[in-house]
Amino acid sequence: MKYDILIAGVGGQGVILASRMLALAAMKAGFHVSTAETIGMSQREGSVSSHIRIGDKVSGSLIPIGQADLLLGLEPAETVRNLPFLREGGKVLVNTHAIPPASRPPGSPEYDPAALLSFLCAYYPDILCSDFTELADDVGTYRAANVAMLGAAAGARVLPFEEDILKAVLDAEIPEKYRAVNDAAFERARKCIRFISSP
Amino acid sequence: MLKYYPEFEMSLLTDKKLLMGNEAIALGAIEAGVQVVTGYPGTPSTEALETIARYANRCGIYTEWSSNEKVALETAVGAAYSGAKALVTMKQVGLNVASDPLMSLSYIGVKGALVLLVADDPGPHSSQTEQDTRAFGHFANIPVLDPSTPQEAYELTKLAFELSNEFEIPVVLRTTTRVSHSCGDVEVTVAEPSPVEAVEEGFVKDRRWTIFPKLTAERHPWLESLQGKLSERFSELSFNSVSGSGKIGIIASGVSALYVKEAIETARGFKELFTLFRIGTVYPFPEKAALSFLKGIDRLIVAEELDPYLEEQVLQLIGKAHLPIDVYGKKNGFFPVSGEYNVDIVIDSINRSLAACGENLRLSHASSAVSREKLPPLPIRAPTLCAGCMHRTVFYAFKQAAKQLKKEAQTDTIFSGDIGCYTLGNAYPLNMVDTCLCMGAGISLAGGLFRTNPKTKHVAFIGDSTFFHSGIPAVVNAVYNGADITLAVLDNRTTAMTGHQPHPGVGVTVLGNVSKAIEIADVVRSCGVESIRTVNTVDPDSLESCVKAAKEAMNFKGPSVIVFKGKCVGITKPDKYYKIKPEACTGCGLCIKELGCPALTLTVDKPVIQDSCSGCGLCAQICPSEAICIGGVKL
Repeated sequence: MKYDILIAGVGGQGVILASRMLALAAMKAGFHVSTAETIGMSQREGSVSSHIRIGDKVSGSLIPIGQADLLLGLEPAETVRNLPFLREGGKVLVNTHAIPPASRPPGSPEYDPAALLSFLCAYYPDILCSDFTELADDVGTYRAANVAMLGAAAGARVLPFEEDILKAVLDAEIPEKYRAVNDAAFERARKCIRFISSP
Repeated sequence: MLKYYPEFEMSLLTDKKLLMGNEAIALGAIEAGVQVVTGYPGTPSTEALETIARYANRCGIYTEWSSNEKVALETAVGAAYSGAKALVTMKQVGLNVASDPLMSLSYIGVKGALVLLVADDPGPHSSQTEQDTRAFGHFANIPVLDPSTPQEAYELTKLAFELSNEFEIPVVLRTTTRVSHSCGDVEVTVAEPSPVEAVEEGFVKDRRWTIFPKLTAERHPWLESLQGKLSERFSELSFNSVSGSGKIGIIASGVSALYVKEAIETARGFKELFTLFRIGTVYPFPEKAALSFLKGIDRLIVAEELDPYLEEQVLQLIGKAHLPIDVYGKKNGFFPVSGEYNVDIVIDSINRSLAACGENLRLSHASSAVSREKLPPLPIRAPTLCAGCMHRTVFYAFKQAAKQLKKEAQTDTIFSGDIGCYTLGNAYPLNMVDTCLCMGAGISLAGGLFRTNPKTKHVAFIGDSTFFHSGIPAVVNAVYNGADITLAVLDNRTTAMTGHQPHPGVGVTVLGNVSKAIEIADVVRSCGVESIRTVNTVDPDSLESCVKAAKEAMNFKGPSVIVFKGKCVGITKPDKYYKIKPEACTGCGLCIKELGCPALTLTVDKPVIQDSCSGCGLCAQICPSEAICIGGVKL
């Protein structure tokens, strides 16, 4: 068994937390796990990604090009940026909520989220898109978009372990103060995606 | 004896944890009985000391963030001379700062044990160099261990303490970003860290602790003979392992070994084609084990990030043993000489080597539906100062002050930066860093620039933690030799870039104990600086006073210092946020063009302020239409 997940986003969106939750769940499910995160200078509003490698064997933490089974995109442009890592027929879940870059240095292309989303749909017609930031904001805080996307992945049945394991990890790891709102974000996204992705 | 993966003994006591490489190192050190831990924060090494600090009180471990890496090492040396087990943590460039004591220490050796965690940063992701600590170990005659996973990092940490104690020599545990900052499932032998033994021996006076030319001359032969003994020992360890039985050999260390493993497994019958030699104890090179591996192959591929260290070692060995083996590595262009590796780079490099040695076999890449070339243009998202960062206000103030001086007196200004969050002052649109070299260099560099550009104004920026790290000698030099420079200390009360560690100016230690807070203004006053100002950046109308102070300091003849006091938005809660009144905003976009604040974004025609606003009010102070005002209280 080998299952590679890539989470892409912008510094501050909670990519590292989401990555840790998936890694812990995979471990509880009895797999080896290896993750690579962006920590340090590029965290400051830069593009960040986390590679989570789950399997029967220990491997290096970076996913090779074309090998990710699942791409969780917390932001449209960052999803597209990491698309080459996804294998043919891989799954994409994308948060349509765009974060424009802080400044546009001379020569930086215009950011057109709609065009990028149609690009994604052209290559991966069964992509699952939603504004998870708005969804999270509705249940309490936009900051829970990362956990909402975990709920969406559970809802789409694309994780290599039971969703109960992931739920248990979230309950154990998220501080009590924030648990209710994260739980709500997870559940709403899970149900919403389960509804649209079930035949 | 030799296994593909070092297999770790499982017992009922073991526990499986998800650990970052640095956390695994911390737990390994505690299990080894570490008693004194020192270090200076630096990505990607920081979390090791932070993890130990969490257990320090419970386990009885003395832990400190020292003022710099040289001080950290010397402190640990004092402990190790007294028979303690000590650990020092730093990033690769930190070892340069600590190299003076380290080079002497190798001759003297230690009692107890002394392990240095040094984290290299291929890429680099968050560093100013791509130096290779394996080569540094070779240079300093100090053994170097090179783990490939958090599990191996945990095991090799324990080995490092054993070796240091047995051979009375400091040992370097060298990691890279993908080991230190990778998380993995780690089988630990002790589920919860338990208290370490107290230091029993104490310091025993002996001439061996006082370096002197005569002592060095006596010790040098010991140091050289030790290299041979360690090489012998390393040849027996299962951290150096051979797998496969093919005639094409591949040698690799650290995380590159895992990339090789994954790359060759794409080939059918790879076990008969290749023989992989993984090295976990890189210096002194395990010659005996390497020789037995080399005798079974006829061609050799070397896969390693950074320096061609293993390549040079095997070339030497092949020459010494007169072996007829062609070597494919960095030196003859088959592998990239720089940058971080991954499976795809390793596949391409091995394929180039296979083609050159006449093999038909090629390793294959996985195929993605969308290649990089097919991607539409994407916005550039460079790292940038946080929304509301005090540094932005100070940079912008100096930019205005320099503009005014240029207008009034045709004087140009050169801005020298330093290492920390404020290096990001170089980013568009601030463009306020003209030079940046290493920790503390900005001040002395400005002094040198003054000697050669006397008609220009020279401003150096330095952070609070960096000031204590290596800024003070440069201030002393500027005063002593009369350099006409202005120093701006950006005091946000924390070591921000590495994740908010305390420092000597904060008044608290890593263990949360209250300590004497050293006032930066007092330090520069005692160094003899005559023009000193302390300026508050927190008030929402601080820009004007910052510009005024900057201009006055730049006009002062001789060294001048301004300490800008503020807060780091990464660890403080904002109390308010700003908003743009659409009816008053003319859509000139000045706030966006001038500041590059990530909270400001352009919608269709007018800027808006996003949730990330932390209420610094800088944009409100520069808006020509007074269209930006406090939007409300942040809860």
